[in-house]
Amino acid sequence: MNISRLAFTNILSKPTTTLLSLLLMSLGVGIISILLIINNHIEKQLDNNLRSIDMVVGAKGSPLQLILSSVYHLDKPTGNISYKEAKSLNKNVLVDFTIPLSYGDTYKGYRIVGTNEKYFDLYNLELSQGKIWERSMQAVLGSSVASNKNLKVGDKFFGTHGFDDHGHVHDNHAYIVVGILKQSYSVADNLILTNLKSVWQVHEEHDDCEDDHSHDHSNHDHSHDHHSHDHSDHDHSHGHHSNDDSNKMITALLVKFKSPVGLVQIPRKINEETNMQAAIPLFEINRLTSLIGFGINTINIIALIIMLVSGISIFITLFNSLKKRRYELALMRVHGATRIQLIKLIFIEGLSLSLLGTLFGLVISRFSLVIISSFTNKNQSFTNIDLSMINSELLLLIAALIIGFIASLIPALSVYKINIPKILSNE
Amino acid sequence: MLTAKSIKYSYDPINTFKFPDFSLDSTEDLLILGDSGVGKTTFLNILGGLLLPQSGLITLNGTNYTDLSNKDLDKFRGKNIGIIFQSPYFVNNLNLMDNLLFSLFLSKNQQDKNVVIELLNQVGLRDKIYSKPNDLSQGEKQRASIALALVKKPNLILADEPTSSLDDNNCDLVVSLLKEQSQLNKCKLIIITHDARLKKHFKNSIKL
Repeated sequence: MNISRLAFTNILSKPTTTLLSLLLMSLGVGIISILLIINNHIEKQLDNNLRSIDMVVGAKGSPLQLILSSVYHLDKPTGNISYKEAKSLNKNVLVDFTIPLSYGDTYKGYRIVGTNEKYFDLYNLELSQGKIWERSMQAVLGSSVASNKNLKVGDKFFGTHGFDDHGHVHDNHAYIVVGILKQSYSVADNLILTNLKSVWQVHEEHDDCEDDHSHDHSNHDHSHDHHSHDHSDHDHSHGHHSNDDSNKMITALLVKFKSPVGLVQIPRKINEETNMQAAIPLFEINRLTSLIGFGINTINIIALIIMLVSGISIFITLFNSLKKRRYELALMRVHGATRIQLIKLIFIEGLSLSLLGTLFGLVISRFSLVIISSFTNKNQSFTNIDLSMINSELLLLIAALIIGFIASLIPALSVYKINIPKILSNE
Repeated sequence: MLTAKSIKYSYDPINTFKFPDFSLDSTEDLLILGDSGVGKTTFLNILGGLLLPQSGLITLNGTNYTDLSNKDLDKFRGKNIGIIFQSPYFVNNLNLMDNLLFSLFLSKNQQDKNVVIELLNQVGLRDKIYSKPNDLSQGEKQRASIALALVKKPNLILADEPTSSLDDNNCDLVVSLLKEQSQLNKCKLIIITHDARLKKHFKNSIKL
């Protein structure tokens, strides 16, 4: 026998109150832990996907929408811009490189993005199978797309217009899978990449008859000035438009500057002098996280209150049982227990409740995240969540221990002042 | 050797208890008789090191424990003095075996289960070793509390009214058990009571 064995015997002797304290503590800790993990995950994803993109150019509209759609592939596109006009940015000395993106189609929920080889460099994408495209209508799949939709090199699929399954299927233009990417833990895992021409080609024939989809035609006046003909690739032209870049539309252009000076001059110039919009990802993401942060803080406060209630429950449990056990504690003193030993007993009871509750909470949060992510497999935001212990959870553990400590403090002090003869002789 | 000398205690400035001096050899018994209100329990608490006297000294085997610090007094009491209270107290969540082992732990003795089993056997609780205190009858509790006080082999056993709620038959049984066990464990026994029935069992007695 020793003090800690007695402490655990005492805890187990009142299973219902113990369970209540544990439940409250693990509920509070679990909620905060889930939020911390998701927050951590989102921040990592946001950072990871941002890479070195300094600016995104797209059609006028919400800058946040432009960033979300072009960098994170979460929102709908703001519209189209003239490829020729966008490409002229390359001539600016402050611009390091630009990457054009053309998107708007999906295959079973996965976005088809027309771009060029530079996109592979931006995300350090490597192929696990096959090769990169050589011609139009060849596609390279992100690792999650390939594994979740069971697509292999050589398979064919049709894109669907828009972002839900009910859009028009482009059934006369089949993509063929030529390569599959290694997992990069970036947004590219959930994308289907192809060249720009493929996207143009799929849309050429019915470009004029569809008004209700996300391709915005506001920039048509720009796309129709046919004086700069860039005759780079003439293959696979079918449809009634001539196949040069001059009147082609893209959805967004990712821009990297050579120096921060670009960040000061170029966005303003674009926004003031052209029909296009320039958005700075860093600003928009900060704005977004501060919006999310408010919600997260509110839930955190609620969870913290639950933790505090658990502390109060532990306090009441200890205090009530101490009232009943006054004789026992006095008896222990008679048998030679020091004050310190009795205080140790109280603290072991209080702290092990809060510690155990915390550990349960941390396990429960991971368990529920695994379940949540298994339900939302398609949604890229919830796959590959890192479930290892994060630093802020250590703070959570410390907070729980402090709550347990404070809950034990008053009962412990009352034990310290215990008057043995009085308790044992006054019945 | 236990010596008590000029012990005084007062709960308020008007009434002061003055307790008689006495001294006991290594295995002697002593009966302290007194009517209600003469400070019997106070004397027991002082002798048991639970209450410090205003003046006077008590020496057990050379140690004056009225002088010890709180912590040392706890240790000293744990090691040397076993107290049997009027109503038996236990750690209710622990069975008898663990209660006795816990007493051994607190008095820093070796936790020998065989010693515990033997002792419980001697007080007639062989088949209650793993029972919780609340499952025992009143008489069993009384005997268990004797075992609880004895298990650490103290130098001094103090018993506060151990027989007041017992009939003559049980009274004799408990007194002989106490005497027998204190002889067996070679310790001094002091019984504080108002129960005159006990007089015949003791050759040393003082009246408060």
